[in-house]
Amino acid sequence: MAIKQISAFMENKPGKLSELVEIIADADVNLRAMSLADTNDFGILRVIASDTEKFKEIIEQHTVVTVTEVVAVEMPDEVGALSKILKVLGAAQINIEYMYAFTSATKLGAYTVLRVDDVAAAEELLTGHGFTVLTEADI
Amino acid sequence: MENYFQKEIETASREEILALQNEKIKKQVKHVYENVEYYRKLMDEKGVKPEDIQSVEDIKKLPFLTKADLREAYPYGLLGTPLNDCVRIHSTSGTTGKRVVAFYTQHDVDLWEECCARAIMAASGTSEDVVQVAYGYGLFTGGAGLHGGSHKVGSLTLPMSSGNTDRQIQFMMDLNATILCCTPSYAAYIGETLAEQGYQPKDNKLKAGIFGAEPWTEEMRQSIEKSLGIKAYDIYGLTETSGPGVAFECSEQSGMHINEDHFYAEIIDPDTGEVLPEGSKGELVFTALDKEAFPLLRYRTRDICVLTREKCSCGRTFVKMCKPMGRSDDMLIIRGVNVFPSQIETVLLNEGYSPNYQIEIDRKNNTDTLDVMVELTQEQFSDKVADTQRRERELEGAMRTMLGIGAKIHLVPPKSVVRSEGKAVRVIDKRKLH
Repeated sequence: MAIKQISAFMENKPGKLSELVEIIADADVNLRAMSLADTNDFGILRVIASDTEKFKEIIEQHTVVTVTEVVAVEMPDEVGALSKILKVLGAAQINIEYMYAFTSATKLGAYTVLRVDDVAAAEELLTGHGFTVLTEADI
Repeated sequence: MENYFQKEIETASREEILALQNEKIKKQVKHVYENVEYYRKLMDEKGVKPEDIQSVEDIKKLPFLTKADLREAYPYGLLGTPLNDCVRIHSTSGTTGKRVVAFYTQHDVDLWEECCARAIMAASGTSEDVVQVAYGYGLFTGGAGLHGGSHKVGSLTLPMSSGNTDRQIQFMMDLNATILCCTPSYAAYIGETLAEQGYQPKDNKLKAGIFGAEPWTEEMRQSIEKSLGIKAYDIYGLTETSGPGVAFECSEQSGMHINEDHFYAEIIDPDTGEVLPEGSKGELVFTALDKEAFPLLRYRTRDICVLTREKCSCGRTFVKMCKPMGRSDDMLIIRGVNVFPSQIETVLLNEGYSPNYQIEIDRKNNTDTLDVMVELTQEQFSDKVADTQRRERELEGAMRTMLGIGAKIHLVPPKSVVRSEGKAVRVIDKRKLH
């Protein structure tokens, strides 16, 4: 299960993100989901790409990257959906390092990406509670 | 009206000073040759005997001493007297591996303090003054030197040491300090803090400041003079020669008079070691003429400057040195502390980082800033922000331990530190000091 997320290290300077995004576009890689964490000095771009290997190969030529497994879970279109997901994980003492949401045009739905310390346990729990967890094939 | 601490010598004729120097150097070379094995070997290697030195003209025959010699001879190798005759040790601020320590007999402390007393009186100090010494006390020579000088003048000494600015200001105001001694950047900071607390320059009783231990500009002098409502005087010295007071500024504020009765100054070509004619720009070299415990002959300061013998309106006849215009090695002086780029490189390699880095020094609000750009390696990168921030903090801690001052670390992607062909540009000094 679990899906692969690529993180790229960037300097927090005007134009840096634009440079990187242009490189991605030129490489013909589609971004399914994306989030940017920033500090005064640096930023970390986290991406779920249509082609993880290709994306990694390209970005590696420009900065340091790392691939981590994350959980992508579908959020039912109802009030309190995210809250339920978080409660399930919280009750099981699964720590969330960070999260971000994205929508999919092809599958029509809202999804949240969770970076947790125990991916397998999180996926099992969420599936057990009736949530749909995405796999690489879905991306 | 000019103040002198020792008018007779400070205003002596050129001939009188030369005669005194010639007499002292003969004795001093003999003293060093007989008592300092390290230097005796250097002289023997060069084939120079004490009797070859009959006047200061002959000093150029003697071998040089450098910081490297001082480190090699650490701790006792350059001692000129039995330890039992010494009363004091001081140490340089530099932290390049081994520290350099200097020893003093009571005679050495006295002559040093007299030099500082001359500086205080040249800055209009008298026994009526309250001298606030806000240089660091301890191994650093700044506090001890001006403290001793103030005692010799008979001023009321306020031994504050550095730091705790609120208390500095409270004592300055409550106890009517009239002369402030500290680094120029600290003086500027005190000035700013006074203004923040709502004080006008006229609210304090200060009339003069004696500032040294780090490079500063004419613009900085004007800004300090304005913010504190004082006249700001420069002072020069180094632990290797005794401490502050080797040279000091007078009311003319156009260079520092070198205490030539104790220190003989030469300007040399830093590449060839050749003595340059008067008025040339080159490396400043000092020979201690009558120090006993740490009698360095021809010590290369690495400071680049010019000596002038033009008549000074203050009446002093001692030669004047300009503010040092730079250094002949790669040493940086940041917040008064000696920093070598090689130290920063050592920390990076020890901590597992790549040796691709760039140092940026600037001066913001009259305080030096030190920023180090370091390339992150693939293995060190994590997708969590906190991991990278922790790395920066750890590296900052390691830098502080090595350098003795704080550095701001910026982790950057590989290959983002500009590569140059040939010698890498490791240091960008944006301070405008010269």
